Amino acid sequence: MKRAFGGPAIFLDRSDINTDEIIPARYLTEVTKDALKPFLLEDLKLDGFDPAGEALRKAKVIVTRKNFGCGSSREHAPWSLEVNDIYTVIAESYARIFRQNMFNCGMLAIELTAADIDRILALSENGEVEIDVDLQKHQVKASVGASIEVFKFEISPFDQALVEAGGWVEFADQRY
Amino acid sequence: MGQTIAQKIFAAHLRDEPFPGTYVLDLDRVLCHEITTPVAIADLEWRGKDRVFDPLKIKAVIDHVTPAKDSKTAIQGKILREWAKRHDIPDFFDIGQNGVCHAIFPEKGFIRPGYTVIMGDSHTCTHGAFGAFAAGVGTTDLEVGILKGVCAFRKPESILVNITGTLGEHVYSKDVILHIIHLLGVNGATDHVIEFRGPVVDALSMDARMTLSNMAIEAGGTCGICLPDQVTVDYLWPFISDEYASKAAALADFQKWHSDADAEYARVLDVDVTDLEPQVTYDYKPDCVKPARQMAGTPVDQIYIGTCTNGRLEDLRQAADILKGRKLAPNVRGILSPASPKIFREAMDEGILGVFMDAGFCVTNPTCGACLGMSCGVLAPGESCAATSNRNFQGRMGQGGMVYLMSPSTAAASGIKGTITDPRDL
Repeated sequence: MKRAFGGPAIFLDRSDINTDEIIPARYLTEVTKDALKPFLLEDLKLDGFDPAGEALRKAKVIVTRKNFGCGSSREHAPWSLEVNDIYTVIAESYARIFRQNMFNCGMLAIELTAADIDRILALSENGEVEIDVDLQKHQVKASVGASIEVFKFEISPFDQALVEAGGWVEFADQRY
Repeated sequence: MGQTIAQKIFAAHLRDEPFPGTYVLDLDRVLCHEITTPVAIADLEWRGKDRVFDPLKIKAVIDHVTPAKDSKTAIQGKILREWAKRHDIPDFFDIGQNGVCHAIFPEKGFIRPGYTVIMGDSHTCTHGAFGAFAAGVGTTDLEVGILKGVCAFRKPESILVNITGTLGEHVYSKDVILHIIHLLGVNGATDHVIEFRGPVVDALSMDARMTLSNMAIEAGGTCGICLPDQVTVDYLWPFISDEYASKAAALADFQKWHSDADAEYARVLDVDVTDLEPQVTYDYKPDCVKPARQMAGTPVDQIYIGTCTNGRLEDLRQAADILKGRKLAPNVRGILSPASPKIFREAMDEGILGVFMDAGFCVTNPTCGACLGMSCGVLAPGESCAATSNRNFQGRMGQGGMVYLMSPSTAAASGIKGTITDPRDL
């Protein structure tokens, strides 16, 4: 399934946010993705962040720092984003398994430099940041009203193919 | 140009290179447990593709919550159980035969040098101790593994960690790996295989090597790999004696996987462990590590000995050496969870379980439960646990709980004092 990427962003200004924080293990007893919806980021302790707040409810994009999604391999982490209509994460870097899980689900794990993330953070001080993603041009546009910043990103041809195919199962099923 | 062990395994298993830098490998083992597999099974059913690529290469166990604690976990077990049955997967381990995946699968001889292994569990890197390429994956990778027997990886660059010196009294492979994670940082090995070598590794048992490899993921590593040697041959001999004329022949064969002398590494880290002390984590990341003596006096409510990191027989022996003739401090709860039924039985036969029970420990069945705060030892808010597990994330063992990671020996000493204690100071 093709997805629309981008939308209103929420900024999680910390490195090493782990998958226990994205979706705690006590919810791993669920056997459907939809059941995870209310529990996204429930255990994340971060100044100004409220897992039950309006900012997360409106968000379609997460912007964060280094090594996002470290720890447990649980794909429940990207699923808990997916069922909340968050298909895009922008970070300085990711843990390998989380990053692969995102692409395997046909979702986007975009890497930008620390300086680029700083510029998005600076923008967010003027209001709610809207993110547009151009997957063909490998370009992210962050805007608040008339203030616009544009960033280039790199994505491997394989990861791009997974996103375009709608995920790894679709890709592998055609090829192997 | 020479190759690393990881590069040799990749070359021997390469099915496809759909794009430059993407390697799709044939899999020798697809390992499954009841937390991450049911959603893959449901998705395969929904797609009308409820098939398995090879029932003999798939191994499954119920280990995270066992016996089931409620209806939801009972359903997860039921889904895995029925799936294993309808696909004639002979190696499915249910109540009575089940144990922590990364303990039970190696001890059954399922993991061999040169194998490719995936599982929907981040600590799959443990199996690298056998000279296998073993990586934790998510449910979608697992699903494709089950259906097609393949998995995609990036180019396997390696970090060589060369461990030299002599381990001091009460200093174990857990202390070594905590120290290495401290040096590398929690993302210092992301997208890399960590290759553990050197005289210290050569002298470690398979139990101790598995502890080392188990925590490679805590530095972000894809796999923690040890070169297969005589120790590996001796461990696997009951399972491979039909395949080789002698142990020497097996050893010679395993050596084909050894990294070449001129192999290239992204980084080489030399670690001399001669002056290393027992180590303990602080804060909420596994690279926040310092000597136990610097944490001395920190109170703990619970001691947890077990898990895929340190729930094997050698770990239990080390803790029992400390506990023998001693009692847990008042107000400290002790939980021992031997990691497999075999370990449980051997510990029973050696009198180790008696030592733990005399000290005041509760002995649970083999399960992952407490490590990730799912069952059999969840913490209350404000409580802390001296644990032999692998993650000290905030709330990992229960919302508002604190986890201090350490060796079985240090955990046992801490249980006796009721505060974090270097075992040399008992």
